[in-house]
Parts: sequence; C-alpha cells; structure tokens
Amino acid sequence: MESNSTSPNLAVRKAARPGWALAGERTLEILIHLCGISAILFVLGIFFFVFKEAFPVLGHEKFSLSQFLFSQEWYPTSEVNKRYGVLAMIAGTFSVTALAMVLAVPFGIGGAIYISEFCGAKTKETLKIVVELLAAIPSVVWGFIGLTVMSRLIVKYTGAPVGVNVLNGGIILALMSVPIIVSIGEDALKAVPDSFREAGIALGATRWQLIWRVLLPAAKNGLLAAVLLGVARAVGETMAVLMATGHAVHIPHSLLDSVRTLTANIAAELGEAPVGSDHYRVLFLTGVLLFLITFVVNLAADFMVRGIRKK
Amino acid sequence: MSAPVQSSIATRNLNLWYGSFQALINVTVDIKDGLITALIGPSGCGKTTLLRCFNRVNERYGYVTTTGEIKILGKNIYDPDVSLIELRKSVGMVFQRPNPLPISVYENVVFGLRIHSERSQLKRSLLDEAVETSLREVGLWEDLKDRLDTKATGLQLEQQQKLCIARLLPLKPRVILMDEPCSALDVEGTRAIEELMFGLKGRYTILIVTHNMAQARRASDECIFMLLGEMVEHARTEKLFLNPADPRTAEYIEGRYG
Repeated sequence: MESNSTSPNLAVRKAARPGWALAGERTLEILIHLCGISAILFVLGIFFFVFKEAFPVLGHEKFSLSQFLFSQEWYPTSEVNKRYGVLAMIAGTFSVTALAMVLAVPFGIGGAIYISEFCGAKTKETLKIVVELLAAIPSVVWGFIGLTVMSRLIVKYTGAPVGVNVLNGGIILALMSVPIIVSIGEDALKAVPDSFREAGIALGATRWQLIWRVLLPAAKNGLLAAVLLGVARAVGETMAVLMATGHAVHIPHSLLDSVRTLTANIAAELGEAPVGSDHYRVLFLTGVLLFLITFVVNLAADFMVRGIRKK
Repeated sequence: MSAPVQSSIATRNLNLWYGSFQALINVTVDIKDGLITALIGPSGCGKTTLLRCFNRVNERYGYVTTTGEIKILGKNIYDPDVSLIELRKSVGMVFQRPNPLPISVYENVVFGLRIHSERSQLKRSLLDEAVETSLREVGLWEDLKDRLDTKATGLQLEQQQKLCIARLLPLKPRVILMDEPCSALDVEGTRAIEELMFGLKGRYTILIVTHNMAQARRASDECIFMLLGEMVEHARTEKLFLNPADPRTAEYIEGRYG
C-alpha cells in the first residue's frame, strides 16, 4: 500500500484541480496563439482588402496598367478625358527618398559609429535615449516643422519661389530616418565581437583603421539592413511629406521643384473620391504599388539581417 | 650578476590597478631574449594582466592605472614619446580564442602591412611574398595556398590560431605574447602550436600564459610563477618544477591549490 501510493496520489491531485482553472489555462493558451498569428492575419487581411478594392479597375477597358505606371498625366477628375498616370508621383517618391538617404545615411552611420565606438558610457546612454525620443516624434509634427520653419529657411537661403519642395521633404525625411539608422546600425556594430577589435588594436591599428578595415566590413550586413529600414520608413512616410513637398504633380528637375509622392496623393484624394469609382480604385492600386515597394525593401533588409546571424 | 643572455623585457616595480583593485604588485622581472618564458599561476593571479601590459592593450579600458617601468628592448614603453602603434608592431599578441578577422586568409596575413605602410609601398609581389613566407613559417601554406581567398573565420580552430600567429610575422616583431593560445584547441592542435613555438624560438622572444602546467613544463625554457598579483618565482623551467625555491611554488605545482 505504502509503496505504490505515489502514482494514485498524483492522479488524485490532478483531478482535484477545479474545472475553471483548466478551462482558464486552455483559453489563455488559445489567446496567446491568436496574438502570435494575428500579425500574419492582419498583413494578409490588409493586402486582400486593398487588392480587392483595386482589382476591378484592372479589367476596365478605359484603364491600362502601362498608362498607370508610365504616364505622368494624372487627371482623375477631368470631365472629358480622365487619365490616371502616377509616373510623376513615383518620381516624386523616389526623388524625396533618394535625397533623404543621401543626407541620412552618412549622418546615421556616423552617429552609430560614434555611439558604439567613441563616446563614454554616460554619453552613450544619453544619446541612445535622445535618439529614441527623436524616433518617437509624430510625423505630423515633422510636417509642421517642414511647412513653417524649414520652408521659410529654404526661401530665404536659396531664393526659391516656394519653400515646400524636394529639398524640404528630403531633409524632413532624413531627420525621420536618421534615428532608425542610428539605433539599428549601433546594434549591428555592437554585435561585432570584441575579439575583432582586440585583434586590430594588438596589431597596431589606429582607431580609424580599426573602424574602416575591421568594424565596417564585419558589420556591413547589419548596417545595410539599417539603411534599408530607413529607406522603408522614408518611402512609406505620408503626413510629413504631404505637408513639406508642395503637392505638385510634376517630375522634378531640381531640388527646388515641388513634387507629390504616392503616399501623399492617396492621403489627399481618397477622401474625395466616390467609393467604387475608377478614381477610388486607382488610388487603391497606388496603395498596392506602395505595399509592393516597402515589402521588397523590408524583405531585402530581413535577408541581410539573417545573413548576420548566420555568421 | 651579469646575465649571459640579454633581457628583452624588463619590468621594475610594476603596479597595476583596475579601478581600486590592485592586480599587479611590485612586479620586477627580466625576460630573456629569444627564449620561451611561461607565465603560470592560479586564475586571477595577474598573469594575463601582466602579459597585456607589454603591448599596453590593457589601456583599452579606461579604469586602469599603472606605475613603475616596463622596458622592452631597452626602451621604457610608458615614456611619453612612445608610439603605441610602433610598440604593437614590435610586440605581437596571440589570444585565447583564435580571432582571425572576418576577411580572407590573404588579407588577414597582410593586414599588418596594410595598416603600417603607405599604399604606394605595397606592391602586389611584396604582399604575395609576405603571405607565402608567413604561411610557410606556421605550416599553413600547403593547406591553404589554393584557398587564400576564403574567409578566415571559416577555417578549423587550429588553422585559425596558426593564422593568428602568421599575421604577426610580416611586421617582424621582436616579442610574441601568447595568452593561453591552446585553450580552445584539442591535443593535436596544442601539439602543433607548441611545435610552431619551438620553430620560432631564438628569432622571437615568446611569452606564453598557460593554465596547463604540463604545457609550461614541456614547452618553455623559463617559468614565472605568480600568485595574487605578485611574482613569486622566476627560474629555469626544470629548476622551477624539480626544485622550487619558494614553498608556495612547490604547493602549486604539486596541485595543492589552483
């Protein structure tokens, strides 16, 4: 009796747990599962919805996909001849993003190098907090700064007739992307094993030689991922560029030309387009295009980050 | 009292603190030129710290203070006119875990040349020659001559450690510091590194920190026993192991503690 009392005892104890506790545990498990897969459901759901709204226009006889992609004539509300070409907006998005990256990449990578390799522990903590704060500023605030402060400065110093243009939007987007590049770039540099630094130092490398010849090659995948996430941020940004770029449908020829981006176009016009109209559907198609661009950029960044982990 | 062999590293009353913790206490030692000297002692006795003083990599951490004197080849390395870059060029270091840089085998070997020379001096033929000589010296040439472009971090550990020694040689160092160079290697790898040390002996002064007493015994000419930051005994290896002068040394090599 004594010897085999353990197992029946266990069974009794298990059965003694109240039913509500078991059910609660089960429910919690299901909930956690749902949270885990919800991201996938949301992404698929959004893509499905956007595509569903855009899809009917593809079969429309007056709409051609090549005109959509390669014409710069955007006259969605014309009485006689509606034309839906987004080439100018693609050019707008790319020009603003490119300028933003030209400004943000050196600053971002430089900042990451400073935080990870040069400054002391206290400065490092402060800087990291400030950089995170910078990332948390709402985009409408950035847009507001572009529209008021930056635009006035641009008019004053360049003599441009309007201050809301590629330059303005590029600077604002650069300011928004720098924090992302800095924090992810700093992570990438931090991930470089200290033994590499010691190897370089013991061979007599100077600080710059160490950064240039050891750290940057060792962290290049992570730094590239940082830049691409900055690009994704810049491509997808809407409110700040809507306020800072001038909203003119026009392929820019200089930094001081006003442009309209794909995102700003959707934000500005969707509210006025009658639901179900061609205009409405073309705006959704623009959404699909943006979705594809950011998807490709994110995917590329992801592959690169994966490349780091493998090493 | 005049030593028959000239000493290549000499310390006088060397003290070192990590913050407020004193890791080296009045270390005075003369390490002879061209010999292999082993530093032994229990963990935390300061042997790695002492080794890392000789190329001043300790100073990476801002909280290190040092007093006293270290003369390498007759020059006090704490003199203000000493260039850390030149010091580290003539005093090479091999680490506990092999740490080749994440670049090709070829670039690892010529890394030192690249950072210490003007670009115009670096002719391809000169670099090629340096790579071949250095890799032959460490016995890697036959294995790697067709794979010079592969990434060095993908080699076997033993090859990585040999490569870490090979990359010091183009700079023609006088002293090679080794911080437990075999602790990540298996028996074969350990034997290979020890043989390599014998091959380099005479031309380079080799200083090796080791936890492995059998290794100190078979692979060194002289031995330094350290305890709690102090140098207890410095003698010919056979003497130190067979007939130690200090009872603390005797107890350590008998395995009473450590």
